[in-house]
This record gives sequence, C-alpha cells and structure tokens, in this order.
Amino acid sequence: MKRLLATRAYLSRHRTGVTVWLLALVLTLTPMVMRNPYQLGILNLIGLYVIVVLGLNLFTGYAGQISLGHAGFFGLGAYASAILTATYNFPAWPALALTAAAVALVALIIGVPALRLSGHYLAMATLGFNYVVHSIFVQWDALTGGPAGLSGVPPLTVWGLAFDNDVKFHYLVWTFALVALTLCLNLVRSGVGRGLAALAQDEMAASCLGVDVQRDKIRVFVLSAIFASVAGSLYAHYFSYVNPDGFSIFKSLDLVIMVVVGGMGSIWGTLFGVALITVLPHALDFFETYTDIIHGVILVLILLFLPQGFITGLVDALKVRLARRRLAAAARGER
Amino acid sequence: MRDELGKGARGLSPARRRCHSVFAMKPLNQKPLLQISGLTKHFGGLPALSQVSFRAARGQVTALIGPNGAGKTTLINCLTGVIKPDRGEIRFNGANLAGLPAHRVARLGISRTFQNLRIFPRLSVLDNVLCGLTVFAGTSLLEALLRPPGLRNRERRLRLTAMEALDTFGLADKAALPAGALPYGDKKRVEMARAFVSQPVLTLLDEPVAGLNPEETAQIGALIRQMRLYGKSMVLVEHDMELVMGVSDHVVVLDGGSRIAAGSPEEVRTNPLVLEAYLGRMSLTA
Repeated sequence: MKRLLATRAYLSRHRTGVTVWLLALVLTLTPMVMRNPYQLGILNLIGLYVIVVLGLNLFTGYAGQISLGHAGFFGLGAYASAILTATYNFPAWPALALTAAAVALVALIIGVPALRLSGHYLAMATLGFNYVVHSIFVQWDALTGGPAGLSGVPPLTVWGLAFDNDVKFHYLVWTFALVALTLCLNLVRSGVGRGLAALAQDEMAASCLGVDVQRDKIRVFVLSAIFASVAGSLYAHYFSYVNPDGFSIFKSLDLVIMVVVGGMGSIWGTLFGVALITVLPHALDFFETYTDIIHGVILVLILLFLPQGFITGLVDALKVRLARRRLAAAARGER
Repeated sequence: MRDELGKGARGLSPARRRCHSVFAMKPLNQKPLLQISGLTKHFGGLPALSQVSFRAARGQVTALIGPNGAGKTTLINCLTGVIKPDRGEIRFNGANLAGLPAHRVARLGISRTFQNLRIFPRLSVLDNVLCGLTVFAGTSLLEALLRPPGLRNRERRLRLTAMEALDTFGLADKAALPAGALPYGDKKRVEMARAFVSQPVLTLLDEPVAGLNPEETAQIGALIRQMRLYGKSMVLVEHDMELVMGVSDHVVVLDGGSRIAAGSPEEVRTNPLVLEAYLGRMSLTA
C-alpha cells in the first residue's frame, strides 16, 4: 500500500518525463509491429514534421505571431545539407550543424526588424521570404538543380551505421523528435516559458512583470527556425533527394494548419495535429484530391469556433467548465 | 530563502538583491524611495501631465487622486515604462527611471496592477502568480530548454513562494483553476498576489477596488493595510475616497495634469483647491 502511494506520488511528480519515456517505448517497438514500409514511411514523415511544427507552435502559441515561412527554413535546411554533402562532399553531421547556424542567422535577420513592429508584419515578411527561397530553389539551376531537384544525398551515419532504410531512419528521426519534444516541454515549464505564455496573452502586462517582449519573440522565432532547419537536413538525408515542391508557401500553410489543429501552445497537441494532417491525404483518396479545399475548411472552422486551436480550445473549454462547477459547489457549501 | 531566489536572478542590481534579504523589512535609508520631478507628457499637443512633482516615502502608502482625466494613469504608465515621458525625472532608489523600458523597470523592483484587470485568463491562478516571479526565474533560453537540476530546484522554490502569496491573498484553494474562470473579485486579488509575490520595492495599485462591491472593497482595504504592516511601499491610484482616506499616509491630488495639492489625508480633505477640483467652483454652486 505504502509502495503504491509512493509510486503514485512519483508518477504525479514526474508525469511529463514518464509520458515521454512511454512514448519513446511505444515508438521503439513500433517497427517490430508495423512491418509495412509505406506506413513506416508516413510515420517517419510525421516525425520530421513534428520537429518543425513543435518549433512553429512555440512561436505561434507563445509569441502570438504567425509565420508563413517555415517551409522556407525547412527547405533551406534540406537544400543546404544536400548541396554541402552531395555536391561538395562535406561530412553530413557538421553540414547539419553549420546549416542550422546559418538558418538561425537568416531568421535573426528577418525577425529583428519584423518583430519590432506590432501587427502581422512578420507574417508578410516570412511569406515573402518563403517565396524568395522557393524561387531560388527553382531558378538557380547550377546550384540547386532547378525544378528537377538534387539527388545523390548520402544517408546520415553514426559510427559506420548508415540510416539508409525506413526502419533505421525511424529510430533516427524519432530520436530527434523526442529530443525536440523534451526541449519544448522543458521550456514551457520554466520561467522563460511562462513569460512567453504571458506575452502571448497580454504583452503589456508581461513586460510590466519583467518579460523582455521583443527579445523573447525573436529568440523563439530563431529557435523555431533552427528546429525547421534540422528537420530539413534530416529530410534531405532520408529521401537522398530534394526538389522545390515540398518547400513552397503552401507547405508553410500546411504547417500552420498543423499548429491550429494541435492547438496554440499545446506541445502534446502538436503530435496530434501533425499526425492528423499528414495521415489524412494518405488514408482517404477523397482527401488527397481535395487537400487544399479541406485544409482551408478545417482552418476556417477551427479559427471560427475554437480560436485557440482544436485541442487547446477543447481542453480550455473543459477546464473552465470544471472550474465553474467547482466554484459553484464551493459557493453552495459556504451558504 | 530570499537570498536563494536572488541567486537565480542574475542581472539584478545589487540593491535589488539586497532588498530580498530577510532584513529588507527595515528601511535602508530615510531618503524618499520615489521622487518625481517636473514630469511632463503630451499626447498630440494635449498636456496629460505638466510639471508634476511629488515624492513617495519608504514603507508608506502614497495615494494619487484626482477627477477623471487628471493624468493619474498616465503617471503610473510613465513610472512603469509603459509610455515614455517627454520631460522630467523619476528617481527611484537613486536611479532615474524616465525612459527605461517596462521590463527593466520591473527588474528594479517596481510591480503594478492595472485599472482594467490584466491577468492571463488561460493560465492557472498559480501560473499567473508565478509570472509575477519572472525576474527571479532566470532568463537563459538554453537553461530553460535543458532544465538542469538547478533550475528544477529554483522552480520548486518559486512554486512555494507563489503558494505562500496565494495563501496570503485567500486564493490557495483556487490555485489550479484557470484564472479566467474566477469571479471578478477573485481576479482582482490574483492580480494583487501577482504584484506582491516578488517582494517588490514599490507596488503601484491602479484602482484596485474599481467595480467591486463594498464587502470586496473592504477586503482589498484590509489587504493593503496588511501589506503596509509588512513594510511594503505602495502608490495607490483610487477613486474610492473612503478607501484612500482609510489606508494612505500621504495623498497627492492631480487635476488636469498638474499637482494641485499634497499632504496628509486630513490636510487634503479640507483643502479648498481639492474641493473645487472635485465639486466645481464654489461660486457656481453657491
């Protein structure tokens, strides 16, 4: 009995950590159950987008801004890794790190002026940025291979082990995704994370409590760009091929939809949002044909009825309802 | 424990850290805590504040009163760095605050509440109050991402401090509820708990009882007196004269952006200029 209580206390104190480890366990076992390479491929794709969307959700859900250019950062990561390793035979891991650092710098250059202004300047700036990046991918034949893309990107290796098939890459990408997940969960449970949550709800109140609003917005923007870049590098090494299609402004919009389905600022919701939007077109032909229309409808409906996003909106509504019930019960008790 | 909190707060001035020691209750010196001189602010040519000067003493409640549009909130906003004054000095603990951004002012130990509640409705009551401890929570993004043991311990201590404040303000049983779901009176107290949790050097209360019923107003009055007993320095902006006269040591009266009177509650109550500002010219009413 005592032991049971101790276990329960441990679980409640380390709820987040235990959940992450459980998820890790499930993902470790998945390839043994899921033998179909097509399904594993989709799961790998989910892992890649989870990394991007976790970063984007920190930015949208916490800094309260919308970026319509994260496919651009994703693409820069993919192309830079591909060009460095395939064309210039650069070692893959340093290329990934170098690319991430360069993308962080690009994000800083875009973010500093755009985030100084209030309003949706950043949305426009990032949209323009994504458009430019995409154009470069298509036009600069000599470097990017133009519309045909770039092939021959070598797989990533660790101590001679190459992550060159779906099962091996599954472990690589989900290791990265779980690390990203843990970093995000850590951040939101810290003072910096609370400051971000505060500034998303009320900038003036947050700044009067000591939150450096400008600096924090820029930092999270850069962080999210780094996440996108790393995911892009992994993408290039996984498919050993990149072309401009996956990095257009429409991809950016898909990423925003994943955030909205997952819910603003909801780390766990992000997993759901990414999985749903990635799986839908694969699961049903109908969705594949009308992807854009359906995405548009999902976006409009959620933002109309649950402006905080699907999962977050539902959870918030539930919390408020429970709180009201408790307060009412307490008031009755007093009488 | 305060010292421990202070260690987490790198980048705070030594004076601010000292104020978090156990001995901070004693006044450090007899100079005025806050000295405002010649503060001026125009909005598009209209003077909101013109040449306002006054001082607020340590450990006292200084009330700022005046009719609507007298410039009280503008003054508070200048003080907290929300807006920049055009001219004038704001000396706080010897440093000039005029023109500093809001988050820097907060780091110097000035906290505030807002005229129209500004709590974070989607955060829990506890998290709202924890936000009041931002200046002690550390600012390193890398540390926050990695969550080393030092940060875990600090978070645990901050949580305890926040719970203590919730207890003081009678909100302990509502810690886990989303702040937006609370009744109005409770929300006001959440904001006050958030303002006092960091043991600020000076707290600015902008109409803390606006919209409250007499019972709730009395509760807030009692809390202000309690904080005064704990040695807290406060500047109170309020319309409720009963509250102002009941809790303040010193009253400053603004009208049309300038200071028209200052003194003890008794002096101000009988000052003809003040009566005129509030009631209109005697010759007109007589």
